[in-house]
Amino acid sequence: MALRVGCASPPGRALENKTGAWRVFKPVFEPEKCSKCGMCAMVCPEGCVRETEEGTFEPDLDYCKGCGICEEVCPKKSIRMEKEEK
Amino acid sequence: MLEFMEGSHAVAEIVKRCRPQVIAAYPITPQTHIVEDLAQMVANCELDAEYITVESEFSALSACLGASAAGSRVYSATTSQGLALMFEVCFNAAGMRQPIVMTIANRSLGAPLSIWNDQQDSISLRDSGWLQFYAEDNQEAADLHMIAYKVCEDHDILLPAFVCFDGFILSHTYEPVALPTQEEVDAYLPAFNPYQRLDAEAPLSFGMYATPEYYTEFRYEIDQAQYRAKEAFVKAGREFGEQFGRDYSALVEGYRLDDADTALVAMGSICGTAKDAVDEMRDAGKKVGLLNIRMFRPFPAPEIADALKGVSTVAVLDKNISLGSGGAVGTEVKAALSGSNQAVYDYIIALGGRDVRKRDIAAVVDLAEKGKGDMFYGLRTEVL
Amino acid sequence: MAEVEQGCELLSAGHRACGGCGPALAARLLLKATGKNVIIAAATGCMEVFSTPYPETAWGVPWIHSLFENNAAVASGIEASLKKQGRSEKVVCIGGDGSTLDIGVLCISGAFERGHDITYICYDNEAYMNTGIQRSGATPYGASTTTSPAGKCSLGNQHQKKDMPRILAAHGAPYVATASIAYPNDFVQKVERAINTPGPCYIQVHTPCCTGWGFESGETLSMAKLAIETGLWVNYEMVDGEVVKAKKVMRKPVEEYLAKQKRFRHLFKPTRQDGVIANIQAIADANAERFGIDIKRKGSSE
Repeated sequence: MALRVGCASPPGRALENKTGAWRVFKPVFEPEKCSKCGMCAMVCPEGCVRETEEGTFEPDLDYCKGCGICEEVCPKKSIRMEKEEK
Repeated sequence: MLEFMEGSHAVAEIVKRCRPQVIAAYPITPQTHIVEDLAQMVANCELDAEYITVESEFSALSACLGASAAGSRVYSATTSQGLALMFEVCFNAAGMRQPIVMTIANRSLGAPLSIWNDQQDSISLRDSGWLQFYAEDNQEAADLHMIAYKVCEDHDILLPAFVCFDGFILSHTYEPVALPTQEEVDAYLPAFNPYQRLDAEAPLSFGMYATPEYYTEFRYEIDQAQYRAKEAFVKAGREFGEQFGRDYSALVEGYRLDDADTALVAMGSICGTAKDAVDEMRDAGKKVGLLNIRMFRPFPAPEIADALKGVSTVAVLDKNISLGSGGAVGTEVKAALSGSNQAVYDYIIALGGRDVRKRDIAAVVDLAEKGKGDMFYGLRTEVL
Repeated sequence: MAEVEQGCELLSAGHRACGGCGPALAARLLLKATGKNVIIAAATGCMEVFSTPYPETAWGVPWIHSLFENNAAVASGIEASLKKQGRSEKVVCIGGDGSTLDIGVLCISGAFERGHDITYICYDNEAYMNTGIQRSGATPYGASTTTSPAGKCSLGNQHQKKDMPRILAAHGAPYVATASIAYPNDFVQKVERAINTPGPCYIQVHTPCCTGWGFESGETLSMAKLAIETGLWVNYEMVDGEVVKAKKVMRKPVEEYLAKQKRFRHLFKPTRQDGVIANIQAIADANAERFGIDIKRKGSSE
C-alpha cells in the first residue's frame, strides 16, 4: 500500500494498537455495587470503559492499560485492581 | 501590451491574478514592495484574499501551511534573514506536501548584516524539498509565479516552490513587463483543487510522525516528486509559451552555446549582464556562451550536461558560498559533468550586492581559460 | 453541569500515552466538548507523539501537526482559510506547557493580538515530559526536574510558574480560563464556552503526569484535586481581562500535595526543607488572596 501523501492518515487506525498488553493490574468491576454515576467512563484516559445495557460499566480489556484511575474515582468502591494473570 | 513598472509591482500584479485566498507575510527588505502592493490590492477590494499580518516570517509560513492544509491557495514572500527564520517551516511544508508559492527577493545572509543581493538565502534551503526557480528579468519573475502554482498544485507533485528574483537588482528596478489579463491567467491556471484538506466532513490527521519503518519512504516520495516536477515544469512552461508567447519549457537555457569553447553558468539577473559580456567577447572572436539555470531544484543535471557537452571549459558564477566547501551551484555543476574531460571552475562573485560588470565576466572567462578558478573573484587586496 | 456525552469517542483507544496519563484524559474531554465540527492544530509534544505514530492516529476529527512552536500560527492560517471558504469548523490549538509558555509564545502572542477566532488549550503537566521531564516556564517553584535537579547546591526549580493566562488576557482575549482534569465537567463547559466565544480564547488545563511527577498512575485525578485543594492550582475564569469566577476551597496545607510526589521528595528527605516548603505555602496563600478562594471555616478565628 502506498504511503499517504504528507504523512496523513484517516481516523481509527490507533485501534490497531491493542494497549491491553501493557497491563500489570486489571480492573475488576462489580456491577452490583455500581451506582451508575459514570465517573469511571468519564475519566478513563483510554476512553475504554463502556456502559452496559444495564447502565453499569465494564472495561475494554483490549485497550485498558490498568492505570487504576477508575478504581480511585469510583465513589462506591465497586472497582478493584487485581494483579493480571497472563 | 508592455507596461513600465517596478519588478516587485509586476510580481504583485501577477500574484493577484493567481487569486491566492490567503496571504501571510512579514516585511523585510527588499521584499516589502511586493507585500505592500498586495495589501493595498486587498484594501482596495481588487484582491479577495485574507491577508494575515503576522508577527514574524516564521509565522508567515506557518500560517500559509495551515491555510493551505485547510484548502486555500496561499502566497507569501520573503528574503534573507526572514527565509532563515522560516528554515524549520520550509522543511515541514515540503514534507507535508503543501503547494505553497513564495517569492524570494534574493538577499545575502548576515553576518555581517547586508541588505543587498546575492543568492545565499534560497540556495541555503536547497535540501528543504522546495522547488526553486530563478528569474533573469522581471517579466520572467512575474511569469514564473503562474507556472509555479501550476506545477506545485499538480496532484503528482504537491510541493512548495520558491520563485527567486534578485533583490533590488530586479525587485526595485523598473522594466517593461507584459501583464496578462485576469481572464488570461484564469485560462492558464485553474482554481485551486486541494488533493486533501482539513475537513470535518472527512477527517484526516496531517503531519503525523514517522517511525524508522516509514521515514525513509516518506523522504523517498518527496524526492520522487521533485524529479517529476521537471516534467511538470517543462509541460507548464510550454503551455505558457503557447498561450502567452514566452516559452519557459527549458529548465536550463543556453545563449550562444552552439559552437562555444567556454561556457559561463549562472542563475538570475547576472545572466543579463553575462549575455552582453558574451556578445562583446564573441565580437572579439572568443567562442564563449552562457548557460542560464532556470530551475535549481530539482537540479537539472542531465540537462546541464547535455547543454554543455560541446564546451571544454566551464566557469560557474556562484552568488553564494558554502563556507568551507565552495559555491553550491559550482559543486553541483561539477557533479553533473563528472566523468567528462571538461575543466569546470567555480567563482564566488557578487556577494552582498557587489556589482558585476561586463568586464568582470570577461575577466572570469580569462581566468577559466588560463585554468585558474575555484576562487573568490575580485577580492579587495587587503585580505590577500 | 454540562451533560457529557458517553460512548462517542473522538479520541480513540490504542494511543500510546502512559497508563494514567492526564493529558490523554484532557484530549478526550476536549473532544467531548467540541464534537466533530472542529479542526485541531497540535504542537509537538507528548500528546502529539502518543496519538499519531503513522498511520495509527487516535484522532477522529481533522487534526494537523506542523512543529513544536507554531500551532497558533498554523491555526491563524486555518481560521483565515475557513473564513474565506465560509466554513463553520471551530479551530482549536492544543499544546503542552513547554510549547505554550516557552517556545510558542511568539506565535501565540501574534495570533491573539490579531484576534483570530481560535481557542488555545494548553495542557499543563509542568515540564517537558516528552523529552524526559525537563524544566519549563510552567514548572512550579521547588520541583526537581532533569534540568532543574535537586542537589547539594540546589533545591530544584528556582522560578515560579509563568502567568500565561494573565499574559493572554492582557492581549485582549475575551475569555481566559484555567481548568483541571479533576473537574471534567467544568473543563468541558469551559471549552464549550471558549469555542463559542468569538475571538481568541485560552484555557490552561492542569494535567498531572504520573511519570514526570512521580506518583502512582491511579492517583492522577486525586493529585489534580489536591493541587486545587491546597491553592497551588486555581480554577478560574477571566472575561475581558477580569477574573469573574474562581473555585473556592477549604484549603489544605501544601505539604499534603508536595509529599505525595517524587519531584518534591527532596523537600522532605534526607532533611526537611522548611524554608522552601514555607515559600511554596506562600505561593498558595498569594493565589488564595488574589482569587479569593478560601472558604472560611465556621467559628474559625481566621
